[in-house]
Amino acid sequence: MYSFKFAPVFANFGRLLEGAAVTLELSCGAMLLGLVISIVCAAARTSRIVPLQWIVSVYVEVIRNTPFLVQIFFIYFGLPAVGISFNPNPAALVALTINVGAYGTEIIRAGIESIHWGQVEAGIALGLKRLQIFRYIILKPALRTVYPALTSQFIFLMLTSSVVSVISATDLAAAGNDVNSETFASFETYIVVTAMYLVMSTILSGIFAAIQRVAFRYPMAR
Amino acid sequence: MIRQFGWNEFELLVFAARWTIVLAIIAFVGGGIGGLIVALLRTADSRVARTAMIVFIRVFQGTPLLMQLFLAYFGMAIFGFSVNPLIAAMIALTAHASAYLGEIWRGCIQAVPHGQTEAAKALGLHYFARMRHVVLPQAARIAVPPTVGFLVQLLKETSLTSIIGFVELTRQGQIITSVTFRPFLVFGLVAAIYFAMCWPLTLVARWMERGMARATNR
Repeated sequence: MYSFKFAPVFANFGRLLEGAAVTLELSCGAMLLGLVISIVCAAARTSRIVPLQWIVSVYVEVIRNTPFLVQIFFIYFGLPAVGISFNPNPAALVALTINVGAYGTEIIRAGIESIHWGQVEAGIALGLKRLQIFRYIILKPALRTVYPALTSQFIFLMLTSSVVSVISATDLAAAGNDVNSETFASFETYIVVTAMYLVMSTILSGIFAAIQRVAFRYPMAR
Repeated sequence: MIRQFGWNEFELLVFAARWTIVLAIIAFVGGGIGGLIVALLRTADSRVARTAMIVFIRVFQGTPLLMQLFLAYFGMAIFGFSVNPLIAAMIALTAHASAYLGEIWRGCIQAVPHGQTEAAKALGLHYFARMRHVVLPQAARIAVPPTVGFLVQLLKETSLTSIIGFVELTRQGQIITSVTFRPFLVFGLVAAIYFAMCWPLTLVARWMERGMARATNR
């Protein structure tokens, strides 16, 4: 009968916590940057400028139809061949941002397309400026509609970020790999690391629910 | 010695993609069976079954697939099996796909109007007959587009099995990179092969979603 050895894992718990902090930094950074990219690209995708629509479509389709692991290999190992090189953690942030930006674009685009044109016409009739119309009449209701999809994509991003450990970034999964190779308690290490990811995703979804209650408190339009 | 990237290397990549497809099919079939069980238990009358499935889904959707693969890989040794990346990948991907498909199909089962279940009960149909002939056929119709969409996700996620040492498309790309030193070209090609497999599925899923949206908007 196998006896579990959790003591050496918990002796290194501080390192796992440091890794968890890096995971949160990377994923929160990618969420914020990715949100900006998503909004800009979704605006471009729904604009009437055809070349812009095409560029954004190619970006979204290429990223959404290739694995994140290959994307990060391409960015970290492939791009230096053409003179663009990153350290592991910045490379991870870039890869995560580009990745979540594509998914976010598609989600927000769906939200924007759900806005009735009459709303925009009403805004024009009220004399709002273009940017005001986009911000208050298109973007905010669109974000409200797609908020659940967007935040579950963000949580998925946090889980996906474990993959950046393969390019020797210093996230939680990488910390787990280090602890594993020193303690030889593989199963126990990864049980603890997995539990930490579960706690983080649970906390994150709690935070997103709280943000939703505060940010979208006004009554729903009919 | 540095090898040139030639036709041979390209062929190796294309053949490695077979393993990606095989893994995706295994995970999809295993996950399909598991997912159906999860979805049925998740919508069952028994509170214990429902709660157990909520926990199962939350655990597998709330943790990274990479960790699930590691646990399956290292867990095999603990439970006295010889460690085999293919088996570990099959176990982890099946459990992972079961949770996701279970959650997708739960939504589809619950989207069938409750009156259908009540009518079937009034006709004296038992649980299996009710599910088999009344609820599931109606749920299956709306389940197809999101299921195809998840298949794309699964196909991409098989790339993670390269990290536990299974040689599929991504791992073959790494191996070829390490002898040709052409990462830009090789990973670009690997991405292109994934794209060639996933994009048609994405388009099919989108096309079916549009058809369904038209049908329900009327």
